[in-house]
Amino acid sequence: MNVNQSAPPVPPFGQPQPVYTGYHQSSYGGQPGSTAPPTPYGAYNGPVPGYQQTPLPGVSRAPPSSEAPPVSTAQAPCGQAAYGQFGQGDVQNGPSSTVQMQRFPGSQPFGSVPLAPVVSQPTVLQPYGPPPTSAQVTAQLAGMQIGGAVAPALPPVRLGYGPPTSLAPASGSYPNSGLYGSYPQGQAPPLSQAQGHLGAQPPQRSAPPQASGFTSPASGGPPMPSVTGPLLPGQGFGGPSVSQPNHVSSPPPQALPPGTQMTGPPGPPPPMHSSQQPGYQLQQNGSFGPARGPQPNYGSPYPGAPTFGSQPGPPQPLPPKRLDPDAIPSPQLNELPPQQKTRHRIDPDAIPSPIQVIEDDRNNRGSEPFVTGVRGQVPPLVTTNFLVKDQGNASPRYIRCTSYNIPCTSDMAKQAQVPLAAVIKPLARLPPEEASPYVVDHGESGPLRCNRCKAYMCPFMQFVEGGRRFQCCFCSCINDVPPQYFQHLDHTGKRVDAYDRPELSLGSYEFLATVDYCKNNKFPSPPAFIFMIDVSYNAIRSGLVRLLCEELKSLLDFLPREGGAEESAIRVGFVTYNKVLHFYNVKSSLAQPQMMVVSDVADMFVPLLDGFLVNVSESRAVITSLLDQIPEMFADTRETETVFAPVIQAGMEALKAAECAGKLFLFHTSLPIAEAPGKLKNRDDRKLINTDKEKTLFQPQTGAYQTLAKECVAQGCSVDLFLFPNQYVDVATLSVVPQLTGGSVYKYACFQVENDQERFLSDLRRDVQKVVGFDAVMRVRTSTGIRAVDFFGAFYMSNTTDVELAGLDGDKTVTVEFKHDDRLNEESGALLQCALLYTSCAGQRRLRIHNLALNCCTQLADLYRNCETDTLINYMAKFAYRGVLNSPVKTVRDTLITQCAQILACYRKNCASPSSAGQLILPECMKLLPVYLNCVLKSDVLQPGAEVTTDDRAYVRQLVTSMDVAETNVFFYPRLLPLTKSPIESATEPPAVRASEERLSNGDIYLLENGLNLFLWVGASVQQGVVQSLFSVSSFSQITSGLSVLPVLDNPLSKKVRGLIDSLRAQRSRYMKLIVVKQEDKLEMLFKHFLVEDKSLSGGASYVDFLCHMHKEIRQLLS
Amino acid sequence: MATYLEFIQQNEERDGVRFSWNVWPSSRLEATRMVVPLACLLTPLKERPDLPPVQYEPVLCSRTTCKAILNPLCQVDYRAKLWACNFCFQRNQFPPAYTGISEVNQPAELMPQFSTIEYVIQRGAQSPLIFLYVVDTCLEEDDLQALKESLQMSLSLLPPDALVGLITFGRMVQVHELSCEGISKSYVFRGTKDLTAKQIQDMLGLTKPAMPMQQARPGQPQEQPFVSGRFLQPIHKIDMNLTDLLGELQRDPWPVTQGKRPLRSTGVALSIAVGLLEGTFPNTGARIMLFTGGPPTQGPGMVVGDELKVPIRSWHDIEKDNARFMKKATKHYEMLANRTATNGHCIDIYACALDQTGLLEMKCCANLTGGHMVMGDSFNTSLFKQTFQRIFSKDFNGDFRMAFGATLEVKTSRELKVAGAIGPCVSLNVKGPCVSENELGVGGTSQWKICGLDPTSTLGIYFEVVNQHNAPVPQGGRGAIQFVTQYQHSSTQRRIRVTTIARNWADAQSQLRHIEAAFDQEAAAVLMARLGVFRAESEEGPDVLRWLDRQLIRLCQKFGQYNKEDPTSFRLSDSFSLYPQFMFHLRRSPFLQVFNNSPDESSYYRHHFARQDLTQSLIMIQPILYSYSFQGPPEPVLLDSSSILADRILLMDTFFQIVIYLGETIAQWRKAGYQDMPEYENFKHLLQAPLDDAQEILQARFPMPRYINTEHGGSQARFLLSKVNPSQTHNNLYAWGQETGAPILTDDVSLQVFMDHLKKLAVSSAC
Repeated sequence: MNVNQSAPPVPPFGQPQPVYTGYHQSSYGGQPGSTAPPTPYGAYNGPVPGYQQTPLPGVSRAPPSSEAPPVSTAQAPCGQAAYGQFGQGDVQNGPSSTVQMQRFPGSQPFGSVPLAPVVSQPTVLQPYGPPPTSAQVTAQLAGMQIGGAVAPALPPVRLGYGPPTSLAPASGSYPNSGLYGSYPQGQAPPLSQAQGHLGAQPPQRSAPPQASGFTSPASGGPPMPSVTGPLLPGQGFGGPSVSQPNHVSSPPPQALPPGTQMTGPPGPPPPMHSSQQPGYQLQQNGSFGPARGPQPNYGSPYPGAPTFGSQPGPPQPLPPKRLDPDAIPSPQLNELPPQQKTRHRIDPDAIPSPIQVIEDDRNNRGSEPFVTGVRGQVPPLVTTNFLVKDQGNASPRYIRCTSYNIPCTSDMAKQAQVPLAAVIKPLARLPPEEASPYVVDHGESGPLRCNRCKAYMCPFMQFVEGGRRFQCCFCSCINDVPPQYFQHLDHTGKRVDAYDRPELSLGSYEFLATVDYCKNNKFPSPPAFIFMIDVSYNAIRSGLVRLLCEELKSLLDFLPREGGAEESAIRVGFVTYNKVLHFYNVKSSLAQPQMMVVSDVADMFVPLLDGFLVNVSESRAVITSLLDQIPEMFADTRETETVFAPVIQAGMEALKAAECAGKLFLFHTSLPIAEAPGKLKNRDDRKLINTDKEKTLFQPQTGAYQTLAKECVAQGCSVDLFLFPNQYVDVATLSVVPQLTGGSVYKYACFQVENDQERFLSDLRRDVQKVVGFDAVMRVRTSTGIRAVDFFGAFYMSNTTDVELAGLDGDKTVTVEFKHDDRLNEESGALLQCALLYTSCAGQRRLRIHNLALNCCTQLADLYRNCETDTLINYMAKFAYRGVLNSPVKTVRDTLITQCAQILACYRKNCASPSSAGQLILPECMKLLPVYLNCVLKSDVLQPGAEVTTDDRAYVRQLVTSMDVAETNVFFYPRLLPLTKSPIESATEPPAVRASEERLSNGDIYLLENGLNLFLWVGASVQQGVVQSLFSVSSFSQITSGLSVLPVLDNPLSKKVRGLIDSLRAQRSRYMKLIVVKQEDKLEMLFKHFLVEDKSLSGGASYVDFLCHMHKEIRQLLS
Repeated sequence: MATYLEFIQQNEERDGVRFSWNVWPSSRLEATRMVVPLACLLTPLKERPDLPPVQYEPVLCSRTTCKAILNPLCQVDYRAKLWACNFCFQRNQFPPAYTGISEVNQPAELMPQFSTIEYVIQRGAQSPLIFLYVVDTCLEEDDLQALKESLQMSLSLLPPDALVGLITFGRMVQVHELSCEGISKSYVFRGTKDLTAKQIQDMLGLTKPAMPMQQARPGQPQEQPFVSGRFLQPIHKIDMNLTDLLGELQRDPWPVTQGKRPLRSTGVALSIAVGLLEGTFPNTGARIMLFTGGPPTQGPGMVVGDELKVPIRSWHDIEKDNARFMKKATKHYEMLANRTATNGHCIDIYACALDQTGLLEMKCCANLTGGHMVMGDSFNTSLFKQTFQRIFSKDFNGDFRMAFGATLEVKTSRELKVAGAIGPCVSLNVKGPCVSENELGVGGTSQWKICGLDPTSTLGIYFEVVNQHNAPVPQGGRGAIQFVTQYQHSSTQRRIRVTTIARNWADAQSQLRHIEAAFDQEAAAVLMARLGVFRAESEEGPDVLRWLDRQLIRLCQKFGQYNKEDPTSFRLSDSFSLYPQFMFHLRRSPFLQVFNNSPDESSYYRHHFARQDLTQSLIMIQPILYSYSFQGPPEPVLLDSSSILADRILLMDTFFQIVIYLGETIAQWRKAGYQDMPEYENFKHLLQAPLDDAQEILQARFPMPRYINTEHGGSQARFLLSKVNPSQTHNNLYAWGQETGAPILTDDVSLQVFMDHLKKLAVSSAC
């Protein structure tokens, strides 16, 4: 059951050992920072475009490349080497220090906050403080005055510090030097601290590695250190300083910067982050402050001109962003501000740029593994590629929180209005370098649980009385340790076998469930897949049926398998239908398949038992024969009517009869109007939009589907729906069952084999092949003080605590919102334990446990410093999208805006340093909140354009419901990649640009993707050569608009673009169909819809306008 | 005219008719005093090798209320080319084709020997025969296998152009589509849901061409192949297909947990079969052949639940009103039977199981439609296999011995009216001048529908003399009755068989002797038995027996010769002498006694009793007992316990069973192996003789009887002992002495006691 560990030495927790070891040695030696360094560099560079322009451009390049190698390969060698160097440098890293410093100044508020919480910090900070302050001040000043222009540059990730500095540069360009200057300075000071810290920290770091290492017995010693390590952090909390030091350590590169700009400088800052991650949170955002540092900058940038004048006043406030409300009338979302001039006055470059933030984080944190050993660390952004080392907390791939430091009291929480939510993806797929959770088999006794709250054994449980008992970390109940589980404790109170047992040392692991965890006290039989194919006229005519049958023949060889199983345990069955259902007996002993027609759709049942669900390899011949015949049999069909509910009913009954869980794949084409239960009528009425009745468009037409879904859930029957509509099919109703059963919906409007074949087949393949759990129940337990109160996602709940998922795959997330029901304790923090009981594809009953420890704070600043905007947006989007079911869309939008304003106002009021009311000050971690929120508000669901159909809205609405953070991130803020800017030889993705028309150059070609759509935009004056080498036509005018495939040409550009498209597709859970859009073409409207920073046709505000509006809202709240 | 016996026999051979009275009392009052009603047993399609069908259509009386067919009894004016209807006295012109007739050039229908004549109708489209198999798959493996083989075998016996269809059922009902190439296709129905005919047809996709079907019967042929093509196919086209399909039939795959009966949806299966034919081939000869191996356990028509611990209803339960499903199920099947009859199709039931299969509830399906009912222990027995094979036996012309969709019309001269019929028929509710207000059996009509019949199918038809006492029939007047049977011959021709008979009227007061002499006691016994059985279906057993007793006593009072209050003086004439004995055995028969029989068995026996001809019916009432001994050639002996002797072999034929019983000594001899010794070859022959005779009976009879070979003291000897007249019982053993016979352990009265009582009651003036 071991996780896939390649290295024998390391038993269970197979983290990528190779990497690890590498890390240990190098990084530890050199400290974690080492890895980071490269990134940081990047960050630095990245952040400031200006930089690049000036001296650094080369630098910026370099860093990424450096990053790339380590990340991708994660090879010890490279990394090590690099690290080694960095290592020390890191320690010294001024940059980090600078960063901190910057933070300090930047967000004075932070600074203060941190001070309060952590005694140690202050000291640290101070030291930093001075240097940074100076630097920042200058920078800020410059920036502010200069105007918003600077701001964008700053965003270099949270570390932001860099950015702030960058700001200056950007704006003034001069800043560059200044920045640099500042850096070094910063470094110096930090050094001292860093060292001090280092001393302390090293152990920590070493610990984590060891932790990982403990897998290898060799590290017998390590345990100890590790122990200490964790402890330290714990203590450390207080001492953000500690963490800081880490950061500090990273800085050393600074030295480099001068020398080798590339590696050196960039390196340092990021390391800090990465290394900090653990530390960071501890430190509080204070450390982030740096990030905030940037904020201040932002502040400055924002206000652009007017405010700035005032800005100087609050020198330190620099960090915060200011907007002068007076100067800028805030635009209403819908009605644009009358005074456009003002808008013009704000330089778009001066407002926080998502691109910048993403790039910075990538550079700063992408190259070093994220080690989960420390409580409350904010993980890197979802857009960053990073490795995770599980050292006691669940990987961010499984759980992401809106905040990693949550208020101790509900009053604070209410004040801040920051939703406390976790986005949980229990079966998330991990990159190959990371090991999947280790499976623990406790034999007949089953997993050890707390007697009172039933929480499962986890690393946070405290063993007492020499190991004879343990205290539950969730409810504090003291439980006896069963004899067979007894183990002695070492001098630190930890069990001697802690590192031999995943459940005592890892954040995520699995238990084998005993029969008590099974339905009817019977071990489940292997699940089944049932393919249910619409064979009505539309499906036949479009070629769908033939295509599908052909594909299934080979696809059935790739059903999900477990572990090293030779063949899948999953059985398959086939049903075709129009207004009656046809079941097929494909028993292996038959010479020919047998078809059984059930016309009694009013009272659906399964006509056969034996031979319906079969093993693919046994019945291959019969199945092939069937798939050959299906298209022929219905080739002449004239039946246009279809049924729908009976089809699902049938599949469910079939699973029930076979006594197994499973999944239905439905391929459906039209509104089910045939006389049968679940019959629907066309109720598409655009007149309802923007009325109180709009919500009905999102609600199902009939309750029948809910009832049906409930039955499906009870049977563990998940439904995946592939829709091929030519017109309205009422997705809102049809998707009810998939939605409630943990299934997926795919929609291919106006399906035509020639155009959509690839997309459909690719989606189908992925959907069929993906690993999936069945008949699952998820329960989220929390330590006393908070409670899971609300859940979003594709599932069904029959009570208030258990999330029932008929099926759950690696793409589905459940978002859980928490509320206080008592006081939390800063000391003990807050714990989450997500337990998922499910049946694997081999029919094994398992429990997957994810644990996550969060910090608790009594200072709001800590909260703001540890937030994750992407996750926040994920939650808010889901909340809003559910809201449209019950409230008018306008109300939903207003609620969102209000909440966002409250969050920011609370920050301004409680955390930001006093400044003019005219300034817009955003917390560093949330500086993208406005832009992202605006994207949510402008999304099709909340503000539909004329071309958006009701079905599309319903479709998107339910898609978003189970999206993870990475998906929502790109979905709401699409990626726009220029293709010809970077040299063709470069292997990496070109840096993205902001999604705005202003950023498009008509001499360039761009790719835009949002996870669902992929556009290739061709500027009107693109070089002919480029056109030739991409499209194989001689001029722009000859490019076919709407083209969906690029010709396969043997030239570097073509290869690169196609390669890029492929890699983008590979990153997404759904295949994105390419659409080639020519500038000034009709299709461009479609494309422009995704340029989310611009004002949209449907009335959505531009980023700038929205920011102003937000500012106004905040001011109102503050006054 | 020789003796009445010969007359009766001749008539039966020529016309297939046996009247209870061959001279008819001329007034209503007198007729009622005869006790036994004026009635006849009619075998409409009695095989007449000597009767070639005529290839033209019959000539009808032009009076619309009469429409009697020209027959030998009509008076003909050859010169004027006129004929007078002998029923309504209408004078009719001969049709043009008859211009050439004269005294010497008569058409067949005017010749006296053609009192029964068969016309072949050339009009109309001929539609092939249809056989729809409805097969239970909840069988044991070997049972199913045997059934599959029988079915496959039957395909080779069908006419090549016959249409066949297949429905299988278990928990679900599957209607197999036979036309598909490659993939075999079936429509599946839930076995628990009662579907209307329309729903069924909708679900089978039969409704679209509904319009043309109902309106344009003639235009049908083009439509039909399309509509029904999927389910009913000519055998020559899908022979191989269907054989394979049958071969691949699996047992119902749904698991049956211990202590449960398999879920069997017979009710729905039948309903779908009926609906299918109704929608595709109404009024065309078709057989629905239901093969079932157990009781319906779910859905409409369920007879018993699936819990094995709850046994299927017994007569005891029924009497106590404890059979929860019976009424509902019966109603369901009656509804189906009536629909089937309306469509002119028939339903056969082949039920093979050790336990009951619900024949009681389903009986009407066969009874009302003229279908067969076969009951056996297993499909894997020769009883079933041969019986089933015999369905497809052919007559001397090479035609199947089956006919479909018949209507029987009875016309009477005005002194008579028809009161009803008892047999495998339903009323067509045709009122007419000759319909009596009194009903005996299925009455109130002059026409009946017999959806399936064979050459031995026999109906009892009851008449009422309506002539008033004060309007005597002129001397020498004759009453006439015409039976017109239109049917679809197995060759798919439409045919009309016309039998016209006449009998003399006699004044009962002055000519009682004549009437008495013309009494056909055998026919009378069977006709009375049919009435009794008919009553028993709806009345309590004892009431029926009382009624029968009273009728018998009245008959004896009327026709016996005795002195009042002197039982010893009682005598009956020859023509009545056997009648009381028939009644005695009838009283003990399973048709009226349910003791020791399950409801299914009773239904089965009654079913056959109501359709067999006179000879078979008599065997059923009073089994035949032959004795084989060294004393002489085989001889019939009294059905009496005194006939059971140690040195005899007995062969009893009860119609349903053939019992060979070896007397005590014979059995010992055989045990000792004498038959194998060359010097005792005669013993071997003796042993063999009854076996050969039994084989002969077995070969000829449908359904094949149960064959029992037993000996003295054998457990199966009970079949014999329960039938014989218990003249010696444990009660009177010593009184009778030990010299003969075997004592029967019963409290039943013996024939002797019965007769004593009868005499006493007959001579008593009290009643």
